[in-house]
Amino acid sequence: MSGHDNTEAKSRGIEDILTGYQGRPGALIPVLQETQEVFGYLSRENMEKIAGALHIPFSKVYGVATFYAQFHLKPRGRNIIRVCLGTACHVRGGEKILDAVSKELNIKPGETTKDLQFTLERVACLGACGLAPTLMVNNETHGRMKPENVPALIQNYRGRDREETAVH
Amino acid sequence: MAMTLEEFTKKSEGIRRNFRKGQTKPAEIVVGMGTCGVAAGAQDVYDTLINEIKRLDLAVTVTPVGCIGMCEQETLVDVVREGQGRVTYGRMTPEKMKRVLQEHVIGGRVVEDLVVGNLEGDEEQPYPGLDFYRKQKRWVLNKCGFLDPEKMEEYLGYGGYQGLVKALSEMTPEQVIEEVKKSGLRGRGGAGFPTGTKWEFARKSPGNKKYIICNADEGDPGAYMDRSVLEGDPHAVIEGMIIGAYAIGANEGYIYVRAEYPLAVHRLEIAIKQAEEWGLLGDRILGTEFGFHLHIKQGAGAFVCGEETALMASIEGERGMPRTRPPFPAQKGLWGKPSNINNVETFANIPLIIRNGGAWYASVGTEKSKGTKVFALTGKIANTGLVEVPMGITMREIIYDIGGGIKDGKRFKAVQIGGPSGGCLPESLLDTPIDYDSLTQAGAIMGSGGLVVLDEETCMVDLARFFMSFAASESCGKCTPCREGTKRMLEILTKITEGKAVMEDLDKLEHLALVVKDASLCGLGQTAPNPVLTTLRYFHHEYEAHISEKKCPAGVCQSLIKYQVIPEKCTACGKCQRACPVGAITGKGREIRFIEIDRCIKCGACYAACPFDAIAKV
Ligand SMILES: Cc1cc2nc3c(=O)[nH]c(=O)nc-3n(C[C@H](O)[C@H](O)[C@H](O)COP(=O)(O)O)c2cc1C
Ligand code: FES
Repeated sequence: MSGHDNTEAKSRGIEDILTGYQGRPGALIPVLQETQEVFGYLSRENMEKIAGALHIPFSKVYGVATFYAQFHLKPRGRNIIRVCLGTACHVRGGEKILDAVSKELNIKPGETTKDLQFTLERVACLGACGLAPTLMVNNETHGRMKPENVPALIQNYRGRDREETAVH
Repeated sequence: MAMTLEEFTKKSEGIRRNFRKGQTKPAEIVVGMGTCGVAAGAQDVYDTLINEIKRLDLAVTVTPVGCIGMCEQETLVDVVREGQGRVTYGRMTPEKMKRVLQEHVIGGRVVEDLVVGNLEGDEEQPYPGLDFYRKQKRWVLNKCGFLDPEKMEEYLGYGGYQGLVKALSEMTPEQVIEEVKKSGLRGRGGAGFPTGTKWEFARKSPGNKKYIICNADEGDPGAYMDRSVLEGDPHAVIEGMIIGAYAIGANEGYIYVRAEYPLAVHRLEIAIKQAEEWGLLGDRILGTEFGFHLHIKQGAGAFVCGEETALMASIEGERGMPRTRPPFPAQKGLWGKPSNINNVETFANIPLIIRNGGAWYASVGTEKSKGTKVFALTGKIANTGLVEVPMGITMREIIYDIGGGIKDGKRFKAVQIGGPSGGCLPESLLDTPIDYDSLTQAGAIMGSGGLVVLDEETCMVDLARFFMSFAASESCGKCTPCREGTKRMLEILTKITEGKAVMEDLDKLEHLALVVKDASLCGLGQTAPNPVLTTLRYFHHEYEAHISEKKCPAGVCQSLIKYQVIPEKCTACGKCQRACPVGAITGKGREIRFIEIDRCIKCGACYAACPFDAIAKV
C-alpha cells in the first residue's frame, strides 16, 4: 500500500494517527511505527509534524528514528525481503542465501529496486532457527532455504504484486 | 462477563470436566501452526486440509496449535482417530496431506512411511517412543502443541488460571513471594537472579504506583524459546504476570515483544482481550480489590533493548540506552516508579509453581538451579528443535541423546551457549551439567537458552568475528569501552580471518576483551567479549593456524582458501563450469576442468555443484 501515490489520503493519515496518541506518555515509538506502517517510511515532513503534535523537539524524533533498526528515512519497496544472518543461519549458510537474493534482484543489502518492488535487508534472527537458513518476505517466514530456490520464491511475489496492481 | 472468584472457579471447573469430551466427530486433525510450522509451509497444508474436508464433506475437527518442538520434522500434523490413538506425521506437504486424508482419516490405515511417532504419553513426555523426547521434561512447554492458543476455553480446559485463583483466594502477596522463593526459580532471561527475591524488593519498595514488565525482546540470534511460548501458550505468560502483579502490588504492566514476531504479537493481543472479557484483567479482578491492566509494546529492532533499563527507556519512547544501576528498577524503574521485569519463560513458570507448590518445583534440578530450562537446539545438529530439560542434565545428553548428534555424520567441534554474551564449549566440556554456576565457571553463561551446535566445518575465529560484528553494530554507543572496544576487537578479528595478523595481535585482542568486560556500562559490553575469550581459551590453535600458517583449518575464511580441481576425480561433466558465476573455470568437452585463481571469487558454487567431490578447498 505504501507504493501508491495518494497524497491527499496520506496527509489526512498522519493527523489521524496523531490524534490517537496525543497526551499519552511514551507515544513516540508507537506513532513512528504506525506512521511507517501507513507511509512505508518516515519523511522529514512527517517527523516534523510528529514533533509538533507531541510537543517534543524534532531532534528527539530524529534521534529515536535513527536509533532503531526498524525505522527508515527513505522510501522502501512494496515487498521487504529480510534475510536472516543470525547465528543458526550463519552456520548453515545464510550468507549464500543473501548473495542469491542480492543477485536475483541486482541490489545490495539495504537497497531498494528502482521500480520500488523490493527492498533487501539483513536481520539477526527471525526465531525460526530450527529451519535455518531462513528469510522473511513481508510478514511471511520461509525456512529451509536453498540458493537455487530463491528465484522462484521472488518470482512468486512478483506475480502477487502484479495481481494486486491489476485489481486496483 | 465480570465474575466473582466463585463464579469463575465454577465455570472453569465445568469447562475442565467436559473438556474435549463432547467431541462427536470421528476424527480430529491437529496442525502445528507456530512460526516454524508456517515457515516450513504449514499454511498451505492447512488450507489444503480445509478445502479437502469441505470438498469431501468429512466430519473432522481441525485444531491449529503451537509448536511441539520438533522443528526438524515441520510441518507436523497429528491425526486422532477412535481406537488408533494420536499419530504424528512429519514433513507434511499439501500432497502428503491429501494422502493422509484418504488413507488414514477416511480409510483407517495409518500411512506408515510418513509417521514420525505416536503421541501416546502425556504433555510432559508426549512421545515415549522417540529419543528426542525421552530425556525431556516439558513443564513450561506443557501445553505448547496441545492447545489452540487462540481460545480461552482450551487454556481453561488444561487447568489454566487455577494458579491465579489459588493466589487470589488463598494467599497473601507475601505468601506468593514466599512460594516463589521456595521454588528456587531463577530468572530465565540470562543472568539467573532469584525471582522471589526480586519480587520481594519490588514489593517492599515504597510507592503506590508500580509496574510489572515482561521481557519478550528475545534478541539473541539463534534462540526462539520465548517466541514459542508466546505463540503456543500465551495465557500462561499472562497468568504469570497477573500473579506477579498481585505479589508486588503493581496495577499496570507491559509486555515488550520484538516486532520480528508478528504471530506472537497477534496471539498476545487475542489473549489479552479474552482475559479482559473474562474479568481476569482490568479493575477488580474476579470481584477482588486487586486490579491490573496489561499492554503490549512492540520493540523496534535494537538488541540492547533486551537489557532491562534500556527496555524501560524504550517503553518511555526514548532511545533504548541503558542507565547505570543503582538505582535498580525495583527502586526507580519505568517512569521513575518501582518496577519489576522478568523474562517470558520466568513468568510462564509461575502458574505451575503456585498451583503445585514451591517444594514440588524445587524437587527437580541441582542444588542451586531448580526446575527445567527450555533450549533452542540449532546449528549442525541432526534434530533441531525446542527442548525442555531438567536442570543438571549434561550438554552431552542434550546434543547426543536428544539432538541425535551431528548432522550428516560430521564431527562435533563446539557448542555455543548463550548467544552473543555466551561462550563456545569444546568436546572436553560436554559433560558440564546445565546449571547457572557450572556454565559460568566454564566461561560461558546459561543465557536465555540458545544452543548452537558447531561441527568441523565451522571456523571458530570466523564465529568469534561474527559475534563481535553483531556486538559492534548493536552497541548503543553510550559508553566508550563498548562502543570503541568492540570495533577494535572486530578489526583485529577481521585481520586474523584475512591472514594479515601477527601473533602479538592475539595478546592485544585478549587484553582488549578483558578491558571491555570490566569497564562497560551494561551487560552488552560486559559480556560481548565472552565468545572471543572462550574461543581463545579452547581453540587457540585455530587462531594460530590463521596467523602463522595463513590457513583456515575449517575452510571457511575466504581469503585463506583456494578452490582446486582434483584431476583424478574430475569426470569432465562440466557442472562446475555451469555453476561458476564469473566464468573462472576453463576446459572444454572431455578435458579436465581448471579453476583460474585470479578470476575465482571463492563463492563455493563449484564446490557445491560437483557431484564427484572433485573440487577441493585448500
Ligand atoms: C544486551 C542485553 C540483552 C538482553 N536481552 C534480553 C532478552 O532478550 N530477554 C530477556 O528476558 N532478558 C534479556 N536480558 C536480561 C535483562 O536485562 C534482564 O536481566 C531480564 O529480563 C530479567 O528477567 P529474569 O530475571 O526473569 O531473567 C538482556 C540483557 C542484556 C545486557
Ligand atoms: S538465526 Fe536465523 S532464524 Fe534464528
